[in-house]
Amino acid sequence: MSLEDLKEELSKVVEPGDMVPRDYEKDGCLLEIKARVDQVEAVAKAALEADCFLESIAAVDFTNGPQIIYQFNSCTSISRVLVRVQLSRGESVVSIGSIYDAALWYEREVFELFGIRFDNHPDLRRLLLPEDADFYPLLKDYGKVHAFRSTEEIYGE
Amino acid sequence: MANEFLEPITEQTFYLNMGPQHPSTHGVLRLFLKLDGEYIVEADPVIGYGHRGHEKMAESHLYEQFLPNTSRMDYLAGLIFNHGYVAAVEKMVGIEVPPRAEYIRVICAELNRISSHLLWFGTYVMDLGGFTPFLYSFDDRENILDILDRVSGSRLTYSYCRFGGVSRDVDDEFITATHQFVERLRSRWDDYHNLVTKNVIFIHRAKDVGVINRELALRFGCTGPILRAAGVPYDIRKAEPYSVYSELDFEIPTGTKGDALDRYLVRLQEMEQSLHIIEQALERLPDGAIKAAVPNKVRPPRGDYYFAVESARGAVGFYIVSDGTSYPYRLKARVPSYGNLQVLTEVLPGTLVADTISILGSIDIVVPEVDR
Amino acid sequence: MAAWQNLVNFLGPDLARIIVGLVGVLALVQVNALFLVWLERKVAAHIQLRIGPKEVGPFGILQTIVDGIKLVSKELITPRHVDRKLFVLAPIAVFLPVLVSFVVIPFSERLLIRDMNVGLLLIFAFSTFNVLAVLVGGWASNNKYSLLGAVRAVAQNVAYEIPLLLTVLSVVMWSNSLQMSEIVASQSKVWHVFWMPVAALIYLICALAETNRAPFDIPEAESELVAGFHTEYGGMRFALFFLAEYSNMLIVAAVATTLFFGGWRSFPGLGFLPVPGLIWFFAKTYLLIFVAMWVRWTFPRLRFDQLMNFCWKIMIPAALLHLIVYAGIIKLVR
Repeated sequence: MSLEDLKEELSKVVEPGDMVPRDYEKDGCLLEIKARVDQVEAVAKAALEADCFLESIAAVDFTNGPQIIYQFNSCTSISRVLVRVQLSRGESVVSIGSIYDAALWYEREVFELFGIRFDNHPDLRRLLLPEDADFYPLLKDYGKVHAFRSTEEIYGE
Repeated sequence: MANEFLEPITEQTFYLNMGPQHPSTHGVLRLFLKLDGEYIVEADPVIGYGHRGHEKMAESHLYEQFLPNTSRMDYLAGLIFNHGYVAAVEKMVGIEVPPRAEYIRVICAELNRISSHLLWFGTYVMDLGGFTPFLYSFDDRENILDILDRVSGSRLTYSYCRFGGVSRDVDDEFITATHQFVERLRSRWDDYHNLVTKNVIFIHRAKDVGVINRELALRFGCTGPILRAAGVPYDIRKAEPYSVYSELDFEIPTGTKGDALDRYLVRLQEMEQSLHIIEQALERLPDGAIKAAVPNKVRPPRGDYYFAVESARGAVGFYIVSDGTSYPYRLKARVPSYGNLQVLTEVLPGTLVADTISILGSIDIVVPEVDR
Repeated sequence: MAAWQNLVNFLGPDLARIIVGLVGVLALVQVNALFLVWLERKVAAHIQLRIGPKEVGPFGILQTIVDGIKLVSKELITPRHVDRKLFVLAPIAVFLPVLVSFVVIPFSERLLIRDMNVGLLLIFAFSTFNVLAVLVGGWASNNKYSLLGAVRAVAQNVAYEIPLLLTVLSVVMWSNSLQMSEIVASQSKVWHVFWMPVAALIYLICALAETNRAPFDIPEAESELVAGFHTEYGGMRFALFFLAEYSNMLIVAAVATTLFFGGWRSFPGLGFLPVPGLIWFFAKTYLLIFVAMWVRWTFPRLRFDQLMNFCWKIMIPAALLHLIVYAGIIKLVR
């Protein structure tokens, strides 16, 4: 499945204005999608339809709340897509573990490092940290932090 | 599942901990197994015993200071992780690497890949009970470590790449030693094939064991030899060519069924392809500078970037969010062993305990990479 | 009156013979273990392109003695929740029957402690004790790994005894006796291995399985179950298990020599050499042991169900077929 197929699948779910093409040579990805919390499941299903696999789920902490980045790619042609979901502190997201099994561990890691809860996750417990850890290390108010910025400062919006 | 230990168990099943200290879970991996006699009913890998917080460290270190951390993440493919991180930052800043440095990076990365596969080969067969190939492969591996030691200064955890090139130049001794090593390893393939690949007992232990087909591999996001053994020719060096791989001629070995024997054969063939790449790169090694002029502290422009390389275990990616200063705002390392290990929760149930060792060995996990 | 006579006879020269013999056997077992451990390490090293022990004594010969001293000087740790009596009993039970089996082995024409007319049966009966002791050791350790190892050892040993005994029956049919010296005498014209090679092969494979040597060493698979049934044993107790394993190897090789390779007889045609029967016997025995070590360091391990399949589906039918065929041949020849 090529990038065009993926764009087609995704355009059924997301407005065209939220699909931003990126320069592969510089940024490493071809498409960036801004999604809302309620669109996450539909986007994942669209990626599954386009025969993509889940490459990784990362999260970044900003002053206006954490942001989750889902990364999909295809093994037949380069179609790396970053799906950005901005959350507010304490907000939870639906787990895509039922669509992509790979998401199960990535979501556990995001949960334990950032404190973001994933609804309908079958087994949301800590993966890397000890079971009795009660802190979320990668949040910017824990430990030695160099900078704490907002999305506007970094991405300009 | 690990927390159910204190609950009453049924009469037939019992819990066995292939604990963090075990001769064949290489590294501190804990496999929590629910057994019914000798058959596994449920498998739950418990990781985190080696979590050192590299990603948090990245946020309070300069980009240059984080370079040694990259090779500690996967200590067997340290140069490849180095390469990936350094190339990611170079793309962000827009540094152009001189061709001699690119070729040197490729040669060292392929040597690193071979040494990682040789170690995997030795330990895999040792886990199955054949103690001898371990020593043969380590003998070959010593050659590689000596070569890389001479040029980079360390045998295992390298910090050889720099932003804009490499730190030291290779001399003629390196080139002759590498040529000799390539000849020597080529002459050893017969030994390895006679001793292991054609061995009836080994084939019985590896054939049709732990079948991971294309659908299962893609569902769990497995990349690398696991995906290639399932028949998918996905290799970052061909799919998203970086450095000078687009100028070199090599093949991607694939398997058909995705069982342990296919994974084993794919890795052996990958070693041969790496030798081919090294030969070509040595031939085409141009003269010139080995490092471009780079500011003392790099300050990539604001935004987020991703860069992927192919490590011995699969696709490694660095996702870096930069806020315009010389400290990364967020650095996430996408490691292949994450998906590779997770697939065990689906592959192990229904197999025998003795097969666990074979499957675990054939997947080739390096636990510090998973834990970061 | 005759019984009284027998008893008096027994208390005289026979008893002296047995006591001297047992002392000799004890010495043999210790020296053999010393030698075999050294041999194993050297063979393993050279197969693996290393050298092996070379510091302690010329060619590292004294290495085993030094290791033995180390083992003896270790603290005997007994974990808390073990079955104490059984835990202590297991290593002793593994080692003692081994000594008994040496009583009937013909080391040379006259070097035989007691020439029992059911000598072969005695050896096989006492070697089965090994199974019981392993099970006791694994159970008493109160450790899942040990139990798994012990259970596997029992299943493996019991299964491989069947083809072992079936092939030995072929030999017994020809020599018409279970007496070890008779079996050696019946090989005066030709060794059994030359006209019953399949039996020899089956016997050697089963012998490897009986002594838990690779590729059948699942019960003590180091990389799968830590150390199998002797995980919890340390110090002298571990040394006893080790000693029993190497003595078992010697017994099994000695029996193979007696049954198939002519015992203390010289190679047919080389009888003119002034080499005593004892030397021939030990040369053949240690050659077989060397082959066993060679096999160990070359092949990986069989998975347990493959091991059992091999026994039940291949070895036992082969042994039965062999028995039937050779029964026919012997009837025709005699």
